[in-house]
Amino acid sequence: MMTQSDSVSPYPEPANGRGENANPPLQQAQGKGLPAFDEDKPLLSASGVSKFYGSRIGCEDVSIDIWPGEVLAVVGESGSGKTTLLNCISTRLMPTTGTVTYRMRDGHIRDLYRMGEAERRFLMRTDWGFVHQNPADGLRMTVSAGANVGERLMATGARHYGDIRATAGDWLGRVEIAEDRIDDQPRAFSGGMRQRLQIARNLVTGPRLVFMDEPTGGLDVSVQARLLDLLRGLVTDLGLAVVVVTHDLAVARLLSHRMVVMKDGRVIETGLTDRVLDDPRAPYTQLLVSSILQA
Amino acid sequence: MAVPLIVSGVSKSFTMHLRGGVRIPVVDAVHFSIETGQCAVLSGPSGVGKSSILKMLYGNYAVDVGQILIRHNGTLIDLARAEPRQVMAVRRDTIGYVSQFLRAVPRVSALDVAAEPLVQRGADPDTARRRAADLFARLNLPEKLWDLPPATFSGGEQQRVNIARGFITDHPILLLDEPTASLDAANRAVVVAMIGEKKADGVALLGIFHDADLREAVADRIIEVTGFAPQKAA
Repeated sequence: MMTQSDSVSPYPEPANGRGENANPPLQQAQGKGLPAFDEDKPLLSASGVSKFYGSRIGCEDVSIDIWPGEVLAVVGESGSGKTTLLNCISTRLMPTTGTVTYRMRDGHIRDLYRMGEAERRFLMRTDWGFVHQNPADGLRMTVSAGANVGERLMATGARHYGDIRATAGDWLGRVEIAEDRIDDQPRAFSGGMRQRLQIARNLVTGPRLVFMDEPTGGLDVSVQARLLDLLRGLVTDLGLAVVVVTHDLAVARLLSHRMVVMKDGRVIETGLTDRVLDDPRAPYTQLLVSSILQA
Repeated sequence: MAVPLIVSGVSKSFTMHLRGGVRIPVVDAVHFSIETGQCAVLSGPSGVGKSSILKMLYGNYAVDVGQILIRHNGTLIDLARAEPRQVMAVRRDTIGYVSQFLRAVPRVSALDVAAEPLVQRGADPDTARRRAADLFARLNLPEKLWDLPPATFSGGEQQRVNIARGFITDHPILLLDEPTASLDAANRAVVVAMIGEKKADGVALLGIFHDADLREAVADRIIEVTGFAPQKAA
């Protein structure tokens, strides 16, 4: 077991002046030139992860690595185990067997399921993001949009009200929500706006890794296109690593670099996204690809 | 003369699991190399596997057997066995590709589509966009289109966006899949000139050109793909 003294906050002391802490993710983006394709250590490694619900298989013997700056899509039909896998690697669901490790900001590699609960929660609030399919699961519907974004910022130590509000306003702008909506509750927002607000709430702390569960599910196609474009831009600008679960292969093609295809809880094919979609090898992947509707 | 890419003993087939697992051989024992400062042309009738070869060289199609050796940032990589992340790095730094059709992304402007490969390599977005604008001007793409997403462009307009996107970087290897199929004579001439400049810069080009005059104008060497046809009896 790791001791609590190992858990050093990845964040420096909160800045007090307006200018310094106005937008940490932006500063991070500017420091970043190339996408980190050739950075040689994975950020997160899952090894032999299985989850059984009684005798039923959620996912079985899944091993995947996620590198900094890459978007990994997990695809498959409903019930294929993709959400179970996402929950297992994001510490939301304890796997039955297997290990999940994460490279912390200080470079240490930690076993996520051997961390203290407090430390794990801190990681989830600051270095990670989780975008739910239903924005109501990731937002607080009865507090203002600004507070939804500001709350996460406070978890990283920000205390100055003016700073927090300014940063929140900035982020609303980046996700294309008019600044005069900052005091409105998400209840008063459309589905697309809620989803964009959820994204702002997750990205405001400058996370290195974001999990997304069907982020465009349930949205109209035009709203979906706008959201995808926004996500693509943010992911590239911020150099985020993303694990996105989707049943929509077009979303996977647009967003992801690599792809994992799941069926019956197992990974049946992996590879570069365009390779998997243009030259699918496994019978089930061929079926999935051949089932895409041509608009 | 340096050889940045060697294809050796490469075979490719498709197994159609939805058709009872029937195996469709595409090419067999493909063997050639390309040289810096030259343009090699894959030639042969439609369906002989020219595009499939280009797609394997770009990591877009999997390779059944054989090697695709590439000089990438000073080391030799077998692209046929490379990890996806290595393929991504090769695409970013070493191999450029002008595909036959543009895969348009909703809401992204033509300028940003063309500038993207430079931005991915760390270039300043404004500089990259200016480079893209220069190429658009050269390819006679009407300026009123530059800020629009190319999804609604004509075939020839999309193709010029695609060409600008492929030619904007200084990748040492450039693959061209019928880049001029929907262009008029004037713009084809521009592309011929651009290919000439790439050669002068020491880029190794490999292309497919159905237009005989164009092929005549750019090819230093013809690679006959019919020679790699799979044995019918096998």
